[in-house]
Amino acid sequence: MSVPVVEFRNVNKTFGAHKAARNISFSIDNGEFFSILGPSGCGKTTTLRLLAGFEEPDVDGGEVRIHGEVVNQRRPYERKLAMVFQNYALFPHLSVEKNVAFGLERQKVPTGEIGDRVKAALDMVRLDPTTFGSRAPAALSGGQRQRVALARALVLRPTLLLLDEPLGALDLKLRKEMQFELKSLNRRLGITFVYVTHDQEEALTMSDRIAVMDNARVAQLGTPPEIYEQPRTAFVARFIGESNFLDGATAGVGDKGVTYALRPERLDLLAPDSAASGKTQLPAAVKAVVYRGEMLHVRVVLDDGTELVAASRNEGQLRSPVPWKEGARCLAAFSTDDLRRLEAEPA
Amino acid sequence: MNLRLAWLRWSGRRPAVRAWALMAPGAAWLLLFFLLPLLFMFGSSFMPSRLYGGVDIGFTVEHYKRFFDPLYLWILWRTVLYSLACTALCLLAGFPVAYVISRAGSWKNLLVFLVVLPFWTSFIVRTFAIMFLMRDTGVINTVLLAIGLIDEPLALMPSAMAVMVGLVSGFLPFMVLPIYSSLEKLDPSLLEAAEVLGARPAERFTKIILPLSMPGIVAGSLLVFIPALGSFVTADLLGGGKSDMMGNLVQRQFTTAGNWPFGSASSFVMMAMVLMAVFVYLQQRDRAQAMGA
Ligand SMILES: Nc1ncnc2c1ncn2[C@@H]1O[C@H](COP(=O)(O)OP(=O)(O)O)[C@@H](O)[C@H]1O
Ligand SMILES: [Mg+2]
Repeated sequence: MSVPVVEFRNVNKTFGAHKAARNISFSIDNGEFFSILGPSGCGKTTTLRLLAGFEEPDVDGGEVRIHGEVVNQRRPYERKLAMVFQNYALFPHLSVEKNVAFGLERQKVPTGEIGDRVKAALDMVRLDPTTFGSRAPAALSGGQRQRVALARALVLRPTLLLLDEPLGALDLKLRKEMQFELKSLNRRLGITFVYVTHDQEEALTMSDRIAVMDNARVAQLGTPPEIYEQPRTAFVARFIGESNFLDGATAGVGDKGVTYALRPERLDLLAPDSAASGKTQLPAAVKAVVYRGEMLHVRVVLDDGTELVAASRNEGQLRSPVPWKEGARCLAAFSTDDLRRLEAEPA
Repeated sequence: MNLRLAWLRWSGRRPAVRAWALMAPGAAWLLLFFLLPLLFMFGSSFMPSRLYGGVDIGFTVEHYKRFFDPLYLWILWRTVLYSLACTALCLLAGFPVAYVISRAGSWKNLLVFLVVLPFWTSFIVRTFAIMFLMRDTGVINTVLLAIGLIDEPLALMPSAMAVMVGLVSGFLPFMVLPIYSSLEKLDPSLLEAAEVLGARPAERFTKIILPLSMPGIVAGSLLVFIPALGSFVTADLLGGGKSDMMGNLVQRQFTTAGNWPFGSASSFVMMAMVLMAVFVYLQQRDRAQAMGA
């Protein structure tokens, strides 16, 4: 087995009394598109900065390894990685070309070669060097700045690229376009991407694997299908997609006090007099009906007060009057195979 | 009331009229107390002088010619030299101070307050305070004598060094504040970006911090250099007549020497120096703006 490009072993980081990273462990393979996903303030940026070398783990706070080597004490410029900052951090006093050339100049690359590589890097991010090369960053749009920041990082031919919410400031259309481009750069150049985002859809569509962070910990590590299909905690089930939560006793599968997750699209609503199927059927009352075009969301209340949402695709059956009315009785039906037993969340 | 409304309606359609109305008090003040006396001075610098500060009708360039006497050129040279040295020392001492304050987090306001604290006393009082520190019977000599480090007082003042101490301590805040304000705006993530790209501390300073704080450095240098050129209290009190600057020359011509035309001519030579400094500043600023900074 080859050495992972990045490895965190029980990494801890404390700011004053605030724990910003607790026992973070994961390893990232060569060429992987690895996302760190979580709500604002959960410690994503801190984790990325620990990897970049701007923060050092606490004393006895674990190890950060790059290509197998412990880098806890290494300065950022000794770690041979590139980074795209959240606000791009372009040098305002330098032209686009000079920004991209900055890293090459520090490495004392010959001038002729610098020119060629800057051009190639701008081409790679689809910015025309003749049009944009001599512009100041202030004279660029958000999307163009994003591309310059990317070119500035890629021109050094890194094996590891860190990106901190790089698309956060772009509008939706541009974001989709850049998502596609980033993914294809990852594939084409074989660069390992460590990608921080708070957007679960972005993480699901782009990543090979995702580390979902909650309250300074890694709540779950896995491929997008694993994370979506097998959420380990209620936090993960709620943060990635939508989820219903049922007590084991209510669902008739286990002990009281154990919570199970059930995706809304795995919950069916049946007429109250339906015959028994192979599924669990619980009597309920319709509380609200939300027609969303492609989807219909129906919120129901079980007799013990548990609220559930059932989502069904509009495959034509919703063309005429929507089948459910507020206050109507129904049966909430699901297969016990679709229930996911959740672990208690650490305090 | 109607009059007010009518004025508002009439002037509202004529923004230029309003602008002039707003500027009028200040403009009148400057015209009366700055421009007019300046014109008188300029005129008299070309007129023959009479005893006791008087002026004769006529035209002469003798005062400007007289200025080219080595004695006065030497004073001019010393003034420029002292002012440049003072500016350089203020920059060297002030930049690190400004840098530390810009990184001081919640201490910033307190530190800025401390920097401007000297302005609460007058310049002359502060210069006298330096005298108390440096003269033969001053604090420094008394302490050094008391602990036996020296047997007789050091001749700290009057001297060129004492003048420099006075100038630097007087003008240092003018250097610190503008540099601080440009460093404050410097986004720390720029330094981190430079570091990931391979810039060592020295390169981060020369490639990022220095160019981005250049507007503050230029403004601060100007704010120190110009008043240093015109200063006379410092050289008077701490230089003891051996380190005269242009300010002392001008002041003497208008008072004891009683030669107003020559004093005026000397002033205009000095003003030419200041204008040159401003010109350099403006060019520098335009270049910086062309860079899009
Ligand atoms: N340098 C620091 N000093 C003190 N607290 C910090 C520092 N950096 C981050 N934190 C705190 O650590 C927590 C995690 O921050 P961060 O990693 O930036 O979260 P995220 O990127 O997920 O939004 C936040 O509560 C933040 O206030
Ligand atoms: Mg963040």
